[in-house]
Amino acid sequence: MRKLAIRGLGVTYRRDAEEITALTGVDLDLEDGERLAIIGESGSGKSTLARAICGLLPAGTQIVGSIDWPSLRRAPVNGRDVGYVFQDPSASLDPVMTIGKQIAEVARTHRGATWQQSFALAEELAGRVRLPDPASILKAFPHQLSGGQKQRIAIAAAIAGKPGLLIADEATSALDTIVQAEIMALVKQLVAEDGMSLLFISHDIALASQIADRIAVFRDGRLIEVGPAESLLTAPRTPYTRLLLDAHLGLDTTKPWHSGGGAASARAGPP
Amino acid sequence: MIAVHRFLRSPEGLAGAGLLLIFAILALSAPFFFPRDPLSIAGPALIGPFQDWSLPLGTDRLGRDVLAGILHGARTSLTVGIAAAAAAIAFGAIVGTLAGFAGGLMDEALMRITEAFQTVPGFLLALAFVSVVGPSLAAVVIAIALAAWTGPARVARAEVLSIRERDYVASARVAGMHPLAIAFREVLPNALPPVLALSSVIVAQAILIEAALSFLGLGDPNRVTWGGMIAEGRAVLRSAPYLSIFPGIALVLTVLGVYLAGEATVEASAVRKGIA
Amino acid sequence: MSRHLLSVTDLAKRFSRGGHTLAALEGVSLSIDRGETLALVGPSGSGKSTLGRAILRLLQPDAGSISFEGRDLLTLRGRELRKTRSRLQMVFQDPHAAFNPRATVARVIGDPLRIHGVVSRRDRSSAIAALLERVGLSPKLQSRSIHEISGGQRQRVAIARAIATKPSLIVLDEAVSALDVSIRRDILTLLADLQRRENIGYLFISHDLGAVRAVAHRVAIMDAGKIVETGRAEDVIAAPQSATGKALVAAAPRLLHYAPTEEAR
Repeated sequence: MRKLAIRGLGVTYRRDAEEITALTGVDLDLEDGERLAIIGESGSGKSTLARAICGLLPAGTQIVGSIDWPSLRRAPVNGRDVGYVFQDPSASLDPVMTIGKQIAEVARTHRGATWQQSFALAEELAGRVRLPDPASILKAFPHQLSGGQKQRIAIAAAIAGKPGLLIADEATSALDTIVQAEIMALVKQLVAEDGMSLLFISHDIALASQIADRIAVFRDGRLIEVGPAESLLTAPRTPYTRLLLDAHLGLDTTKPWHSGGGAASARAGPP
Repeated sequence: MIAVHRFLRSPEGLAGAGLLLIFAILALSAPFFFPRDPLSIAGPALIGPFQDWSLPLGTDRLGRDVLAGILHGARTSLTVGIAAAAAAIAFGAIVGTLAGFAGGLMDEALMRITEAFQTVPGFLLALAFVSVVGPSLAAVVIAIALAAWTGPARVARAEVLSIRERDYVASARVAGMHPLAIAFREVLPNALPPVLALSSVIVAQAILIEAALSFLGLGDPNRVTWGGMIAEGRAVLRSAPYLSIFPGIALVLTVLGVYLAGEATVEASAVRKGIA
Repeated sequence: MSRHLLSVTDLAKRFSRGGHTLAALEGVSLSIDRGETLALVGPSGSGKSTLGRAILRLLQPDAGSISFEGRDLLTLRGRELRKTRSRLQMVFQDPHAAFNPRATVARVIGDPLRIHGVVSRRDRSSAIAALLERVGLSPKLQSRSIHEISGGQRQRVAIARAIATKPSLIVLDEAVSALDVSIRRDILTLLADLQRRENIGYLFISHDLGAVRAVAHRVAIMDAGKIVETGRAEDVIAAPQSATGKALVAAAPRLLHYAPTEEAR
């Protein structure tokens, strides 16, 4: 079954009497249980796409085209149908509410549970996102936690309403690589366990390659290439995708790409 | 530009700006319409308003033209209000910036002084200053600034405390900039907007303190002031209440205009920030 | 000791927050030579940024010594310290936060030229233009506000500001982490090129081993305020010895299914 069908989507912001086109003519589908990565650099429109799906665009934004949810007979509800994980975990958590209450509130709103059931569920979720000692961490406030812990909480809150679609919008960009790897593994596992669809939004094509079934590449508000991860990564059709792949600096690329610094000149030693 | 747009679309802003514009025009045109000294005698004493059309608002006990007094009084009120507010904000911003940026002992000392000033009611301070120095326009301006600088100082300090931790301040230090240059070139200009948001309140307050000082006879004796006119009319309040009422209305409308325009300005720029 | 461009010995710094103290740096020692890039790698909160800021005298360490160009950096005060800053520069992570929001490009690059009297006032504009060209930007950008240029351009302006006084050491604190991948590569190439031409030493602070592998000669791995491993970049990345080093290598994102093109090889 198809989860999402986006047709001819265009988004134009108004800022200070100026019109800024963030997306133009986007056609994209997402299947049930599919993991789709949206890759792009700043200004590509990738976050605008995610916000458009959740109806999070600022008032006064012009939207053309359609975003349909074929499996839903009603308008989608954030929290129940979509869970959203933002880049900055401290910005998405309420600083004066305990962690437990924030997760429980989502569960109570969208699952119709009592407070007691919701708190029990919050504890279960805290365990699922692998927070140590869930019972005591639920009584803590966001500022008492590290960045990685806060992002785990944000994920727990995002999945508390049992949404069919999880959107991770640069969810690991503010974290260091070690924590990033842990969060990636966690998202992968939760999506598999709950059979959620995943929209994974990132600037990092290597990260996307580790989690996505399909990859869509955006540039300047347009979808320029979409395809199964393996074929897009091994045989990209556009020069831009090729550029993104070549720009990846990993430990796995055959050799550092410039001759100046790096391992090559280290052998000679500094003068 | 968009902030100006928003300002012009808010009814309060338009009303406030309109009032201020009217009083500014009155103040500027005073020497043109009434080239004679407004303190000189223009006709018989105690002519009521709207009786003699060469003296539309009538005359006071000494036969001075009330309309000329109100127009010239607008000059004094606006001059004192703006000058005192400018002095208070400039001094307060400098003290607040030094305290916030230097930190440590300097901060402690400056903030204790600020608190000392705050514990004395502003009007009493102004009153005491003018009665010691003697009434003159400059003395009144300084006295009011003395009563009003603590607010801007505290706001500026709070803002500077957050700005001094920003990377661009670190970057200025790395560039080898002198600490005073950092404080006044890098930090102060960015700390100013919330301080300037206080200006309408301070201008309005300054106009009222000036009127009160003049009412008590501590204004510049060589200038017409609304406070002085109200005080003059007090003696004949029953027989000629208009002598106090007209300058009173002028005072209320000016202060109202300053408040409304100030509020609308702050709101228009705040909305702009919210969007960006 | 003094034959190194920079030697840090037994540096310590504690922060006290809410009653308990936190050791941000504990017995940290390292050295950098002229023309060498030392990468400082570690998870967030490991103390690597604190170390960078201590070397720049942006915060005062509790103990230890820093020798730079043969002089004891920690004893310098006031005027003398400001003079030394022309030799010791920094590029910040967020090119948006590192500039006064009211500044123009010309002011950002002109400040160090003016402060250290590098060129006369008359020649300043042409010196700024030359610096902009050095970092691959058009001299026409001079009059632009720092707001109006892109993130990548801003980081180039930051580099132009850093090299304006011909420093011998630049601390690059996550200097490429906030940039788009296609721009990051160009900035790293620019940095390597400047190093080759002017023999500048870099302290390259990063959590990204991929970028480190591309530019660093040596690597120091930090965790919980201590340096837990040092060595030649390729050796450490190929066979990390410390637990933190192993975790960092394991966590570096790998591009799956990818066969690089001939040019990229």
